[in-house]
Amino acid sequence: MNSSSKVRRESGALWLLFALPALLVYAAFMAVPVINSMRLSFFSGSGYTLDNFVGFNNYLRLFADPEISARFFKAFGNTWVFFGINMLVQNTIGLLFALILSGKGFKGKGAFRTIIFIPVTLSVLVTGYIWKLILNPQWGALNIILTKVGLGAWAMPWLGDPRFALTAITLVSSWQWVGLPTMMFLAGLERIPEELFEAAQIDGAGGWLTFARVKLPLLLPVVGIVSVLTFVGNFNAFDVVFAMEGANGPPSYATDLMGTFFYRTGIAGQHPVGIPDMGLGAAVATVTFAVLFAGVLLANRLMNGREAQGAEPMARPAAEGRLRA
Amino acid sequence: MRPPSMIRDPMKPFKYLLLSLWSLLVFFPLWTMVVNSFKFKNDIYLDPFGLPKAINLLGYKTVFENSPFPRYFLNSLLVTVASLALILLFGSLAAYGCVRWKSRYSKWIYLFFVAGLTVPIKIGSVNLLQIMIKLGLLDRTISVIPVYVAMGLPIAVFTLYEFIKGIPGELTEAALIDGAGPLKIYSSIIVSLIRPALATVAIFNLVPIWNDLWFPLIFIRQDSQRTLILGVTRLFGEYQTDWSKILAVLSLSCVPVIILYLTMAKQFIEGLTSGAVKG
Repeated sequence: MNSSSKVRRESGALWLLFALPALLVYAAFMAVPVINSMRLSFFSGSGYTLDNFVGFNNYLRLFADPEISARFFKAFGNTWVFFGINMLVQNTIGLLFALILSGKGFKGKGAFRTIIFIPVTLSVLVTGYIWKLILNPQWGALNIILTKVGLGAWAMPWLGDPRFALTAITLVSSWQWVGLPTMMFLAGLERIPEELFEAAQIDGAGGWLTFARVKLPLLLPVVGIVSVLTFVGNFNAFDVVFAMEGANGPPSYATDLMGTFFYRTGIAGQHPVGIPDMGLGAAVATVTFAVLFAGVLLANRLMNGREAQGAEPMARPAAEGRLRA
Repeated sequence: MRPPSMIRDPMKPFKYLLLSLWSLLVFFPLWTMVVNSFKFKNDIYLDPFGLPKAINLLGYKTVFENSPFPRYFLNSLLVTVASLALILLFGSLAAYGCVRWKSRYSKWIYLFFVAGLTVPIKIGSVNLLQIMIKLGLLDRTISVIPVYVAMGLPIAVFTLYEFIKGIPGELTEAALIDGAGPLKIYSSIIVSLIRPALATVAIFNLVPIWNDLWFPLIFIRQDSQRTLILGVTRLFGEYQTDWSKILAVLSLSCVPVIILYLTMAKQFIEGLTSGAVKG
């Protein structure tokens, strides 16, 4: 056949041509910049030009310079707290919601699903601003409500007190993203064959036992995916602090996260100088990447390497869920 | 014996109570935002939760008549539409090429794309900033477009690759025999077959692109070039006490996404849940 032999002859180079536009954009604006930013962590310079090779000096400053390292370790610690509270609050509530919604014949499932997910679609900046108004110490809605119900003593400057500020912004973050774990757990629960629940119930297992012995073990892969997503998302979080507290992570750096610290060092420049230290910023980004990489690797190991490592085992279950639906 | 599903659930009232309370918690901030955007300043302080006693449209009026926000809105629209169009076009071409090209190179190219699923592009910000300066794109709205396209391609290629692989060969063979070239087959057959997958890819890129703050913040300082979300960051500096205007802008910036979401909630939930894997 004329046409099929034509296609065979064309193949290699032709198919490469199909992939080329995507390859070029992806390489030039993602793959290369990510690798290059790590390389740049070994350089210093003035302004936006980094041309002076300094070896590990940026890392040395990051970990040992009294002022810089204090900020770095504070932001690093805060990010772990941010992650810890989110795991505990956001993902536990998500699991609880999914368990309720997956109940057989639960009425109103569609409506509740839609409502729980609304904040996920909104801009973090906008929801952050709204919550900032609600938490305002003088006329914010929360303190008004607390005073009205006789808990006036509990009315606090939530965002201005170093004891509460980080928890407050973390809970706002949990409020915003709880829809994601809810839907992922829900999809996981709905994949469990009905007969397993019936068998457990016939064996006399109550709700709690069914959860602990049937649902939870089968949900473990989803727990892993949700944890990894929360981890990656939290170590990149920036918008929520920027909206509610500003890029300096006040009060007294209590809400400074890796994201805001990176922004100040590498992009915006530290107060009062205002000139970015891009080499140091690149080092912060590289450390963030190393932490993420180690975390994802560990999670994959814990989820026992039944599948190959890398992106695929994490991406696959969700993608399968989507294609099936 | 009754089938297990017939057993009455004593926890049921608590379940509905919990979900209703949470729904209240979801709506409360949105309610406060929208309802107060229509109030006069004094009424906001006196009665922050109730319906407005007198409707104040001044906030909305100033937004539309004498402010840069319509411009910001158009900038965001341009960025979102252009980025999505390029993600879908480049992503589907690449996925089609990777599926049809039977060689180990195509597998490597595919894995190269998929590797991007787990790497947050923010890590590359320092170099991206330098690249934008070199390209002369700093301070221009369009600077964020190539970054968003690069960011959206891994998930696009991943999703569309799986989808195109599932298309039975008979569907394209007839066209092949009629003498249609690969590009013709792509544009006349493949594109229409993968339309549902294209919609999913579009949805889970739409929300992060429309809502993104980071890249406009680090690339764009010039006023007229701002995107909507970047424009919102100016609110508190400039209109310190003009609450009806601040709340009007915040409300308006949510409207497009909320309307789209409520009309296609199911697709949004599925799309964003799977897209979240990207991190």
